[in-house]
Amino acid sequence: MTAVLETEHLSLQFGGVNALSDLSIQIEEKSLHAIIGPNGAGKTSLFNCLTGYYRPTSGTVRFQGSEMTGLDAAKVAGLGIRRTFQNIRVFPKMSVLENVLAGGHLRATANLLSIIVASPGFRRNERQLHGEAMTSLEFVGLADQWNKLAGDLPYGMRKRMELARVLIANPVVVLLDEPAAGVSSVEREELSRVIQRIHDQGTCVVMIEHDVELVMEIATDVTVLDNGRIIASGQPHDVRKNPDVIRAYMGRERK
Amino acid sequence: MVSLLLNEIGNGIFLGAFFGLVALGYSMVYGILRLINFAHGDFYMVAAFVSYTILGAVLVGHSRGQWWTVLWVGILVMIITGGLAMLINQLVYRPMRRAAILSLMIAAIGLSQVLENGVLVTPNWGATYLVYPVTTPAAGFNLGSNHYTWGQLIIVLVSGLLALGVYFLVSRTLLGKAMRAVSEDRIAATLMGINVDLVIGIVFFIGGALAGAAAVMTGVYYGQIDYLMGFTVGLEAFTAAVLGGIGNIGGAVLGGLILGIVQSIGTGIFGAEWAIVVAFGALVLMLWFRPTGLLGERVARRM
Amino acid sequence: MLARRVRAKVDGFKAMRGGIVVAVVVVAALIPQMTQNQYYLGVAFQAEMLMCLALGLNIVVGYAGMLDLGFAAFFAIGAYTTGILSTKEHWSIIASIVPGVVIAVVCALIIGFPTLRLRSDYLAVVTLGFGEIIQTIAINLNQTGGPTGIYAIPALTIGSVVVNSNTGYYYVFFVLVIAFALFSTRLRGSRLGRAWLCIREDEDAAKAMGINTNHYKLYAYVFGAVLGSITGSLYAPALTAISPASFGFSESLLIVMAVAIGGLGSIWGVMFGAAVVEVFPEVFRSFAQARLLVFGVLLVFLMIVRPRGLFPERAFQGAGTRIRALLGRTKIASPLLVAADAIVAPPTEDP
Repeated sequence: MTAVLETEHLSLQFGGVNALSDLSIQIEEKSLHAIIGPNGAGKTSLFNCLTGYYRPTSGTVRFQGSEMTGLDAAKVAGLGIRRTFQNIRVFPKMSVLENVLAGGHLRATANLLSIIVASPGFRRNERQLHGEAMTSLEFVGLADQWNKLAGDLPYGMRKRMELARVLIANPVVVLLDEPAAGVSSVEREELSRVIQRIHDQGTCVVMIEHDVELVMEIATDVTVLDNGRIIASGQPHDVRKNPDVIRAYMGRERK
Repeated sequence: MVSLLLNEIGNGIFLGAFFGLVALGYSMVYGILRLINFAHGDFYMVAAFVSYTILGAVLVGHSRGQWWTVLWVGILVMIITGGLAMLINQLVYRPMRRAAILSLMIAAIGLSQVLENGVLVTPNWGATYLVYPVTTPAAGFNLGSNHYTWGQLIIVLVSGLLALGVYFLVSRTLLGKAMRAVSEDRIAATLMGINVDLVIGIVFFIGGALAGAAAVMTGVYYGQIDYLMGFTVGLEAFTAAVLGGIGNIGGAVLGGLILGIVQSIGTGIFGAEWAIVVAFGALVLMLWFRPTGLLGERVARRM
Repeated sequence: MLARRVRAKVDGFKAMRGGIVVAVVVVAALIPQMTQNQYYLGVAFQAEMLMCLALGLNIVVGYAGMLDLGFAAFFAIGAYTTGILSTKEHWSIIASIVPGVVIAVVCALIIGFPTLRLRSDYLAVVTLGFGEIIQTIAINLNQTGGPTGIYAIPALTIGSVVVNSNTGYYYVFFVLVIAFALFSTRLRGSRLGRAWLCIREDEDAAKAMGINTNHYKLYAYVFGAVLGSITGSLYAPALTAISPASFGFSESLLIVMAVAIGGLGSIWGVMFGAAVVEVFPEVFRSFAQARLLVFGVLLVFLMIVRPRGLFPERAFQGAGTRIRALLGRTKIASPLLVAADAIVAPPTEDP
């Protein structure tokens, strides 16, 4: 299996802080790859390097074999790599539907002239996009909230909306930053199901998570970060038994 | 030719003293709130008018010992202006602390209008130039072939002292540490037990006080004040702050000096009416090539 | 299926909304027939002109969220280009609109390119400076007539019709307002409008959607420049004389106030704001100098209480939903309820 997303000797420094050190990771296509580790291990920094929000100090990032180190965030999104954010970033004064439509920005193809005159081509394109947006919303179970302002939604719904916003882009790789953080156990079940369905459709999912149960349930691969380095990588159950991991992350023996 | 240039540079340094003081206030408020307080230039203007009235009342009939009077009135005006700035923060910016930056800026503009038009309609103030009750004598000294007055020297020295004072306050005192903490991470500062609202209020006070000092010096040196003086100086001070690196004390002072010199040379070449074009040309150039300013640092963004 | 129900509801909105808009337009068109008072007509067409400017600025401030404090500069560019070309080179007014737009676009690109990628506060001051520079140029160049400006600007001719009355210009700007409003609506209902709103709401998240934020900010700024310039080109013949005093920070500020008071991003809101800003000083003429002071106080107060303006997009969304819930069952009330929704919250897109 080929790596759809990989880094080689990736390093990221902020002033005196080494957020990431010599990090080489391979994300296999069609995998559900969890990235775990204690707080401050560099997980979100890794995401930010992978998605163009941070420029790495050294090292390379490759997508489907081609180099994309230091590529701008919008261009990364254009390649088919989509993400959610640790502290959920919705567009609060836009409706849920419009938020999801925003995710489909690159799929709206009408040019300026056809927009101004509202040509049939433009209308067709918009209708299609709206349809896909509703489909995405149905996939995450939010179809009846289409007209609510995203900022008015409760936390769990906003998390699901972020997922719908990512899905409409038909991404190749989806990077989820703590998708199950701060949600109730009911919501967590729902999210777990949605994430698995996304994975079942053939999309590669990379997930930062603290919820070890969730990781064990659905992940195909796990990589453990600590202090900006990889300390273990492999199948979930192997990683779980790795003494370095237990020491760094869980602090004590876990039965 | 060289002496002409030196003359312009000398003038520029002097002009820069004014810009620097007002820019300091701008920079400090920006550093702590990430807000460009458009009304800051108008604090300066109001201070000029307030000092005009106080000096006018106090100096009636007396011409001896007027420099001491100017000194204590100056300090009084600094306190008043600082207080005004603090009050405005409390009444307008504090209730809006969660609003979008766009709304904050619009509010600042509205505030600026209130101050300018407030002065405009106040009896005894109004629309025309007012002649300041105190002016600097022409006595001075010569440096090379250029003549500088004692007044100019004193103004530059006072500005320098005030700037140094602020520097010491921010870098050596506990209050200064609190200010830096709030400016870096407001939530963490609150968690450390810092009274963020009080610290912000104090920053406004200091900024206002500095503007007040600059205003008195302007009145004394240039001899006339008008209700729109804040608008222009505000723009120029902002330019100075950006040139040097906004949020940075050394930057504000350095930016003030540079802008003073650039503007002095520029208006020497093109004429006084192009002053603002020169200032903004410098601003755009700096933003193009080095947006963080000369002494500014790139702050890592937390995602 | 849900999508179909949603679409049926919104098609209903659209039908009623169309009706409301037509009604308003017809009434507005009849205003000059209702009064012969030249003073009122003068105020009316100035209000329409401010609406045009506000609609232009709305794209920059309301949609893309960028505070532009020098919008009057583009207004000036259009007015002066038309003024100079029509008086010195005898161009027709309509023909002179084009070079005005070209110059405005070039300026927008020059100013915008280095500064739009910076923080919004820097942009605000740079745009302010740009406005000051344009005004300074207008005052100091001989070609622009210096402080006295340009006079004896010929009237606008459309075909064989010569427009030289307040009523005439009322209709000219009337058409312009409708054109600009339609243009804005079209942009808003497309990926352009959505991209701008994303940039306004959260620029970093906007990038994650694949939106090239620097380019889109530039588009917004350029569109604003175009609309401002066109308005200026028609302002010149309407007033027959232009002077630099009308193109300074005060003007830019009035336009910003129109958008800020009326409601960020909302076309109706912005037009209402423009009307308020234009008419308010006339109504309170007795206050004289204190008008701007009162205005400033009201603006500050409004920003504290309603930072997004009086009628931002979707201001009455909540009210609309409640009305729907109450009346949704009955056959008679349904069209009424659709009308109510259409008035208070015209929907922005159709699924």
